[in-house]
Amino acid sequence: MKNCEYQQIDPRALSVSPSSAENHIGKRSQRPRRKWEVFPGKNRFFCDGRLILARQNGVLPMTLVLIVVTCGLFFAFDCPFLVEHLTVFIPVIGGVLFVFVIISLLRTSFTDPGILPRATPDEAADIEKQIDTSGSSSYRPPPRTKEVLINQQVVKLKYCFTCKTFRPPRTSHCSLCDNCVERFDHHCPWVGNCVGKRNYRFFYSFIVSLSFLTSFIFGCVITHITLRFHTYLIASNLTTNEDIKGSWSSKRAGEEYGNPYSYNSIITNCCATLCGPMPPSLIDRRGWLPLEEMIPTASTSEMELPTFVAKNDAHMCTQSTKGMLGRVVRSLDFHELCPPGTPKTTPMGPEGSSSVALSAQPSASVSCAPPPTLQSVVTPCPHFSRINKRDSLHSTNPAFRLASPSPSLSRAGFVLEDAPEVSFVPLP
Amino acid sequence: MGNALYLPTCLCDPPQFHNLQELRHSASLANKVFIQRDYSEGTTCRFQTKFPSELESRIEKTLFEDTVKTLNNYYAEAEKIGGQSYLEGCLACTTAYLIFLCMETRYEKVLKKIAKYIQEQNEKIYAPRGLLITDPIERGMRVIEISIYEDRSSSGSSSGSSSVSSSTAR
Repeated sequence: MKNCEYQQIDPRALSVSPSSAENHIGKRSQRPRRKWEVFPGKNRFFCDGRLILARQNGVLPMTLVLIVVTCGLFFAFDCPFLVEHLTVFIPVIGGVLFVFVIISLLRTSFTDPGILPRATPDEAADIEKQIDTSGSSSYRPPPRTKEVLINQQVVKLKYCFTCKTFRPPRTSHCSLCDNCVERFDHHCPWVGNCVGKRNYRFFYSFIVSLSFLTSFIFGCVITHITLRFHTYLIASNLTTNEDIKGSWSSKRAGEEYGNPYSYNSIITNCCATLCGPMPPSLIDRRGWLPLEEMIPTASTSEMELPTFVAKNDAHMCTQSTKGMLGRVVRSLDFHELCPPGTPKTTPMGPEGSSSVALSAQPSASVSCAPPPTLQSVVTPCPHFSRINKRDSLHSTNPAFRLASPSPSLSRAGFVLEDAPEVSFVPLP
Repeated sequence: MGNALYLPTCLCDPPQFHNLQELRHSASLANKVFIQRDYSEGTTCRFQTKFPSELESRIEKTLFEDTVKTLNNYYAEAEKIGGQSYLEGCLACTTAYLIFLCMETRYEKVLKKIAKYIQEQNEKIYAPRGLLITDPIERGMRVIEISIYEDRSSSGSSSGSSSVSSSTAR
């Protein structure tokens, strides 16, 4: 035979068990191969066998991306602000934690978890021989368990048909990786590898450091938001508007320096803003509108007002009007002197002040009309909008006045002249 | 060349090999004996010290037991939990296990010692008796594999050997 199909078994070749089968293939591939190239499990190898990973590792890139992107955003957006306002150690601590997390993750993912190599054919044959000799002579499949005593406790060792060996205690076969793994914990898709005897400590340090990193970033983000916004504003007695515009920023050039509204104490600022007196609402939401809604403000300019009126501003107007109204009310008590619907033309006299007022008032519903001065004064004062009885008192509708006959006007004018006397001094 | 025949283990005089080199060149594999793990003390690495029957004619029981016990002690030392191992573990943890890029672990140091011991044992004790111990690390720490060789080139040992030599002479 020219071509020798089988090589003579060399004692030293026996120690290289997984590739012993490869030697039978022939002399086609002379390049020496490493064991990982013919590894029977479902694993991927990198860096010439230095790094090992499970074949199904789709989630590992996502884990890496999540961690890197989150930390990147943290360093880009939160760190500059926190360095300025707190301490420079924030990004230092964050960076150290981030590096620790990444290294732990990579160590967990790329470390052999404690894979048991499969039994050599000789071993498998020997095990089967032992099983056969220990049991009955008739053929039967190898028993699946073997009992051993571990610290005076019976433990069953299972036979793995894939690896052709009795698994050591706490060893389990991972179906995803198709390997028996010592002290098998679980197959973690996030790290893309089994977690077993050899990489459990890396896995644990990964999850612990990741927890710290997550808490740290969360705390920094909360601090950032809180510091940036309203706690800071409350503590410095600022509004968001002022903060944005930098109204009281000390960095602005000029005389503006410091917040004039601040009590210069954080606690006092907080207390003043949060626990200060509650001011009432000024808009009187449930108040009643006057019946005559159109109360012309121009009427004051049209009417010939006595100097008395011209001198008064709105503030005094109310007071004087109140006083006059009070007197009108009192004068209304003598309304028997003023018959309803009495003719308007009445002689002016000292006692006729109220009747004069009546003459100016065509409305029959009202017995006595206030003097026109009262009307002219009352008009700009909204206080009287509440008074229902006296609605007609201040019906200073110019149209109405125009409609009245001239005598009333003349009388009104006459009365106006006497108004000061009426208001202050009862006519004798 | 024909197939290298080998005889089943017989009770004839064991072949004499003076060193490992001679074993490699002139012996053929007869049988393999597997010393299994001993789990009576848990998952720590221990091998059974029960003397296999196949080796009864080849080596003294005491020598075999000494070898296995020494190996067990080495493994116990490697896996010992104590001050030094804690120190190493904590140091490694704080440096995110980067320290192992520069230094080897205690276990690796002990494994090197074991490899050296096994080679020494093979050269001094086992090879002259036609036996070869394979380092358990090469078998996934599952078994100690002891290979039994038969001398195929010795002439006066047995008829079986001569038939082997005659068959290989083709």
